[in-house]
Formats: sequence, structure tokens, C-alpha cells
Amino acid sequence: MHVMHSANVDVNRQFGNGGGRVRLPLLALLAKEPAHGYELKQALEQTFGSAYPSPNIGQIYVTLGRLEKDGLVRAVDVEQSNRPNKKVYYLTADGREALETWVDEPTEGPRVRDEFFMKLVLAPLTGIADRMALINRQRRHYLSLMRDLTELAERTDPGDRVALLLIEGATLHLQADLDWLERCQEDLVT
Amino acid sequence: MTVLRTLNLVRIYQNGGVPVPAVRGVDFAVEAGEFVAIMGPSGSGKSTLVHMLGGLDVRTSGEIWLDGKRVDTLSESAWAVLRRKKIGFVFQFYNLVTNMTVADNVELPALLAGMSPREARERREYLLGELSLTERAFAAPAELSGGEQQRVALARALANGPRLLLADEPTGNLDSRNTRDVLKLLGEVHRQGQTVVVVTHDAKVASKADRVVTLADGMIVDDASMRRRRLPPGTAGDVVELRG
Repeated sequence: MHVMHSANVDVNRQFGNGGGRVRLPLLALLAKEPAHGYELKQALEQTFGSAYPSPNIGQIYVTLGRLEKDGLVRAVDVEQSNRPNKKVYYLTADGREALETWVDEPTEGPRVRDEFFMKLVLAPLTGIADRMALINRQRRHYLSLMRDLTELAERTDPGDRVALLLIEGATLHLQADLDWLERCQEDLVT
Repeated sequence: MTVLRTLNLVRIYQNGGVPVPAVRGVDFAVEAGEFVAIMGPSGSGKSTLVHMLGGLDVRTSGEIWLDGKRVDTLSESAWAVLRRKKIGFVFQFYNLVTNMTVADNVELPALLAGMSPREARERREYLLGELSLTERAFAAPAELSGGEQQRVALARALANGPRLLLADEPTGNLDSRNTRDVLKLLGEVHRQGQTVVVVTHDAKVASKADRVVTLADGMIVDDASMRRRRLPPGTAGDVVELRG
């Protein structure tokens, strides 16, 4: 259920983007203390609770490998009795710098989904649909997404503040999309 | 069964000799147990509409039927009697009686509707209990937070066991936590069969409704039934869009 897909809000872009963006959360965790892959997976789950889709361990190892190649982390082999050596990763000075840059720079805001706007502006020219019908359909869609979010919030453990904040963020974006539809209706439909 | 019906309802205000149409021919019906949200840009006539439905504003032409009885022709005092018996109203700014306790604010409409003092007290105790306000019963409204005051206003509106609960932007002045409490309650009374018509700008409120009616320029432009879907179990993580 990719609730926000159609509402065009990438709440956490830095975590998405083909797994490449797991990089920075991993660097942040390693800034606290060196860790091996599985510990990182657990730490992500613990920090974000249900607000973070549980990362795949393979993806974490692939990302760690790339970070190592880029010189942002290093690995040391730790011997284990009766088991293969375990790789413990730690942050390099370059890694810390990349992390600081990421934390310091402003994060890109969400953009208006221009696909709907294109339809809204162009559809009447083609005679395929009138604007009121388009706006009504879009409003119904947003309202049903809002219902999904409301139910999701009700199902979420009230103690899971990170998750509730994330849902509230999505809710506020959706409310803004609905307000914007009203503005379109006022200005484009006569 | 139809609780509320309007026929070609019109409201035109006079502004220095210039007629300003606020509601321009609204036909709609609300069935018993339905939860209807009315949305629309400011100035679309949604507040005027709900005020007319509660007899707080007079129609220019058209008809309003409540519980099978025509009510738009009633006198102001007959409306007052009808409101006491059949309608609960929640406003954006609570409108509690400031020099009465919370308990008295809630009991008053029950007494006015003809309940015995004992019934009124029991009803009040039940409603305040449902709203987690039992321990605030003897406080003055001014001692309560905005969210608590709105919950009291909701209890008051439900005190007379109304056929119809009308609300005008009930969460318009509340933060997200209090909005959640008021919504939970609206959802609960709705599940118990309460008929609700709420004017709102807040999509969270609208998302609770069975039906969303959209007004623009004094007319209904959309009337959408919001059928419940069975959702696959999801978590907050699904809000994050992961690509690739």
C-alpha cells in the first residue's frame, strides 16, 4: 500500500531512491559506534519503529560495500569461534564529512504533482473531460487516501511517536493538496 | 428512512440593496444513521446551508423537511422547540455558557428537551464518561482547554438524544490531538446510529463520513459516497514511498 504515491508526497526522499539513500542513515548509525550489518538493520528498525519499511539485509550489505568503495566506511574482520569472520564497519573522516554535509543541507520540499495539473489545464482543450469532473474525481481520490491514513493512524500504537508524526506529515500534505484543488476549482471552473 | 430533506433551497442576502446569493438551489436528503460531510471553498455557502438546516438562519425560498415534517415555515419559537427536541449543534467556537459548570452545560439541553432531572444527570454522566471528562464535570468552561471545551460542546449537543447532529467546522479551532479525540467521538456516535451532518474544511473529518457533498458557489457540484474498503494491513512505513 503505497499510500502517498498518488498524493505526490515523498515524505522521506532521503530514505527512498533505489536504496542508494539508505547510505546516509547507515552513516549516521555508524557515527554513533562501529557495527556489523545485522546490527545496523536492527538499529534502523528500533529507531524508526513501524515508520520505516524494514530494510532488507542484502540491501544493507550492498550499500555498505559501496560506502566502503567510496572510502566513507572501512571494515575490519573480527574473528569468531566456530563461525566465519564478521565484518565490523566504522566511519572514516570522509564518511563523517559526508554525514555532516547531509545533515546541514536543507532537504528538498515536496512538489506539486504536475501530472494532474497538466490534465486539468489541457483536458478541456481536447474535449475529453471537463475540469469540474477532473477535480471531483481527484478530490474523491484524495479523500479515500485520507481515509487510509486516518485508519492507519488509528491502528498505530499511540506510543509510536515517530510513526504517528510521519502519518501526520502525510495527512498535512494531503490536506494541502485538497486545499489546492479548491483553489483550482475557484479559479479555473466558472 | 429520510431524516432530512431539502428542496430547491435558496438563501439570498441583501448587501446594501444588492442581492448576494449564498445558497442557490440545494436539493439533498440525509438518511437515518448517515454521516455526511459538506465541503467547499469558503464562501461556497456551506455554513449558510447548515445554519438553515438547524433553523439558525432563514431560507429565502425552498423547503426543509425534518423527520417527515416541513420545518422551513416554522416560526422562530417553534424552531426553538424543535431544536431542543431533535437537533444538536456544534460550532467552531464551542459557545458554552461560561457561568455554568460543565455538568450544567450538558444537562441543560436534556432538561429543556423534557427529561427528568435524574435522566438528565444520568445522560450527562454517561456522555462525560464517554468523553473522558468525568473529573471535569464541576469545572467552569474557562478552566478547560480548547479541546476539552469542544468535547463538552459535543456532549451538550448529544445530551437531548437528537435525531440530527449538525456541526459547523467542529475541529476548526483544534490542534491535531484534540481533533483526533473529537473525531473518535464522532465516529463512535455514528457507529451507534447517530445521524450526522458536518460542515468542514478538514479532510480528516471528511474522511470519517459515509458521504462527502461538495458545494461551489452555493450549489452542489459533487455528492460522493465514500464506501468502506477492506484494507490490507499496513504500517506507517507504507507512507514512505520507496522507489527501485
